[in-house]
Amino acid sequence: MAEVILKPIGNFDLTVEAEAITPDNFAGKTAVEIGEILIWQAPAQAKLSEFFSVEGNGGSSAEDTTITIDGDVPRVKRIGQEMTAGKIIIKGSTGMHVGNTMAGGEIIVEGNAESWPGMEMKGGLLHIKGDTLDHVGCAYRGSWHGMTGGRIVIDGNAKNQVGGGISGGEIIIGGNVDNFCGIRMNGGLIVVKGNAVRTTAAEMTGGVMVVGGRIEKFSPGFEMEAVECDLKFDDIECAGEFMKFTGDYAIPQKGKGTLYVSYENNECL
Amino acid sequence: MAGTIAIKNGYVYDPLNEVDGEVMDIFIKNGKVVTELSAAEMKDAKEIDAKGKTVMPGGVDSHSHVAGAKVNTGRMMRPEDHYKYYQKKTPIAHSGCGYTVPSVYLGGYEYSKMGYTTVFEAAVPPMEARHTHEEMRSIPMLDMAGYLVLGNNWFLMRYLKEGDIDKAAAYVSWMMKTHKTYGIKCVNPAGVENWGWGENVSALDEANIHFEVTPEDIIKGLAEINEQLGIPMPMHLHANNLGHPGCWEITRDSLKIPKSIKAKPNTDVEWAETKMKAQRHQSVYLTHCQFNAFGGTSWRDFESGVKGITDYVNSNDHVVMDSGCVPFGDATVMTGDGPAIHDLYQLTGNKWSNTDVECECGSGVLPFTYLKSNPIHSVQWAMGLETLLYVKDAWKSIMTTDSPNGGPFTKYPQIIAWLMSNKARQDTFEECHKWASDRSGLASETREMSLSEIAIVTRANAARTTGLAHSKGTLAVGADGDVAVYDIDAKKIDVNDYESIIRGFQNASYTIKGGEVITQDGEILAIPEKNTFYSDIAIKADSEKEMLKDVKSWFKYYTIGFNNYPTPDKYLANPTPIKVNAER
Repeated sequence: MAEVILKPIGNFDLTVEAEAITPDNFAGKTAVEIGEILIWQAPAQAKLSEFFSVEGNGGSSAEDTTITIDGDVPRVKRIGQEMTAGKIIIKGSTGMHVGNTMAGGEIIVEGNAESWPGMEMKGGLLHIKGDTLDHVGCAYRGSWHGMTGGRIVIDGNAKNQVGGGISGGEIIIGGNVDNFCGIRMNGGLIVVKGNAVRTTAAEMTGGVMVVGGRIEKFSPGFEMEAVECDLKFDDIECAGEFMKFTGDYAIPQKGKGTLYVSYENNECL
Repeated sequence: MAGTIAIKNGYVYDPLNEVDGEVMDIFIKNGKVVTELSAAEMKDAKEIDAKGKTVMPGGVDSHSHVAGAKVNTGRMMRPEDHYKYYQKKTPIAHSGCGYTVPSVYLGGYEYSKMGYTTVFEAAVPPMEARHTHEEMRSIPMLDMAGYLVLGNNWFLMRYLKEGDIDKAAAYVSWMMKTHKTYGIKCVNPAGVENWGWGENVSALDEANIHFEVTPEDIIKGLAEINEQLGIPMPMHLHANNLGHPGCWEITRDSLKIPKSIKAKPNTDVEWAETKMKAQRHQSVYLTHCQFNAFGGTSWRDFESGVKGITDYVNSNDHVVMDSGCVPFGDATVMTGDGPAIHDLYQLTGNKWSNTDVECECGSGVLPFTYLKSNPIHSVQWAMGLETLLYVKDAWKSIMTTDSPNGGPFTKYPQIIAWLMSNKARQDTFEECHKWASDRSGLASETREMSLSEIAIVTRANAARTTGLAHSKGTLAVGADGDVAVYDIDAKKIDVNDYESIIRGFQNASYTIKGGEVITQDGEILAIPEKNTFYSDIAIKADSEKEMLKDVKSWFKYYTIGFNNYPTPDKYLANPTPIKVNAER
């Protein structure tokens, strides 16, 4: 497998729109050709080589291409946007919209990511080892059609609107989330191992959400159905006792989503 | 010489002038169609070779929501409608974005690329007239006008209750001038007023709250006033009960109300020399028929009720209608019919906006997606085409999508293909829900419209119905030099290859406005001057004075002062009054 190593060397005072950094785009190009690719920084276009040193040629196809970003790029946005295959490893933190609408392949972020990771993602794997901010796997503003496939794994915490409008695929958050986690979800799976604040799974009409920690303010539109132990969704396991709710009945659609909440951490419910 | 052009050897379709595909040259001088250009004029004139191409008058859309508060609410509600659909700026054209609710500039460009040159904004609430005109002024490439929403107006309902048709007529004529609008729009008469109390009306003889007038009173009253004043277009009716299963009956019964009222358009304009009579003879225009033609009694036994309406239209001559086709895909539903949109909100749970425009009207907006997999949507697709294909005389129908309610106007080429090609329809039946064929009669309809009929339903009849055929919708001598040249070879056309029809109508080879080429193959070449039409209706000074006393005394219910109510001329691009003589 061919590996292209990008080392950040440029001035990132203004954010850089790097949707061009995908295995699909690098495949079949030499290191020099990759350096010639134009990307936007604010209102101006510049060559990729002005921001990164490029080492190694792309593979013959996207599957064959691995891109390693050797450093922190918190001011670089849209890495891996629309990628369909191959692999991107970011050895530090990255900016907004990493893995936007990606359809296949794999992105690993060893540090943190800013908001919108895996927005409207269709397939593949996005693994963020640190923390992230808002809109993980979420629909774009105004849209109610979020992630439809693939998997997002966040080892740390996320903030608001995780999986907004998700209809397929899985999101697994190792840490805590804030508000509106799984808002308007209508399919797919969201697992939050830590705590959530409020409006969890609000307006859900389908899909499954699991909260392993405590929900600070529970949504009013849910009805408890049963208590279940040790949940398993294919390879994803959630140990312990869970209260099973359905909802959200607070909207005209009278949704049929499922919300599992840790029994131990939410005894007040 | 500006605005002087010769369009040579095209197949010309000009139904108002009884030209049906003959190879002809069209000459335009100083922006108007002329018989010929002299040799000296020809030397300076631009010449277009339209050999093997189809030449039609510029397209006229008689019902589209492109400007104003409602459209803007749609824009604000729908960032997701914008970020994937955009156009970069060019040296002469602005950037723009939005698929179902485009920004003002983009909307103008996209109409123009399809060969359309005149568009009517379908609903101008009086208090939003300034806003609507500000947007219309900024929509490039198109001549425009707007219909004033009057179907639930407090003053009119009061006058109609009192039976004071003269004061009501004085009020309408004053309102048209005050808000620089063109004709009467009547939306869910009596029902929108009830919506202010969370209610609706469900029958034509059901009196509404407080005013105690019925839909029938309002339809009859407005149609009478319309003809008494001699307004260029017939009353534009969005019938009651829209969007509810079984609503076709109330729609048909609404059409019966103005049957005895004789059309008397009375405009003081110079008429182009068309062979056909270019004046309208209908007293009611039913808009977006499809949405008013639902059959069945619930969503479970939902079916097309189009035939009930088209049978009536076929046997009566006082009705003209537009289709409100549903071409599948994204739409934004928006109408002055607030309760109808609330019902859609309850059905879909989509985001929803509702507005009350004080004493005058209201509106609702909601994003919507028509899916081929959905049984109801599939029937609606079939119904939209039925409304056009079942009407035997194309001069009684007009093609629209009620843009963006059924879908954006950019889908018109697709609809033309369905109308012209049975194969296109059959192929879509294969892809969509079987209810489309089970619950409508479209599957067995084999009619295929000719190019001449397409020219009628997309320009000639829209112009004649709106009373603009003295200058629009025809290429007769004296008409405006608005022309669309399509890359469609009328003699070699194969309707089974419907993709080529779509391509041909999508980007006109040339769109010509006032004798100037403004687009070529989808590229904007020039931004022409545009006109905004409104009805300037003469009325007796003392009836106006009496009426204004009432208006001023009731103005205490408004949040704005009486003097700030009118829309000044400066809000309009080239304000062009159409003189209407109530008394001749």
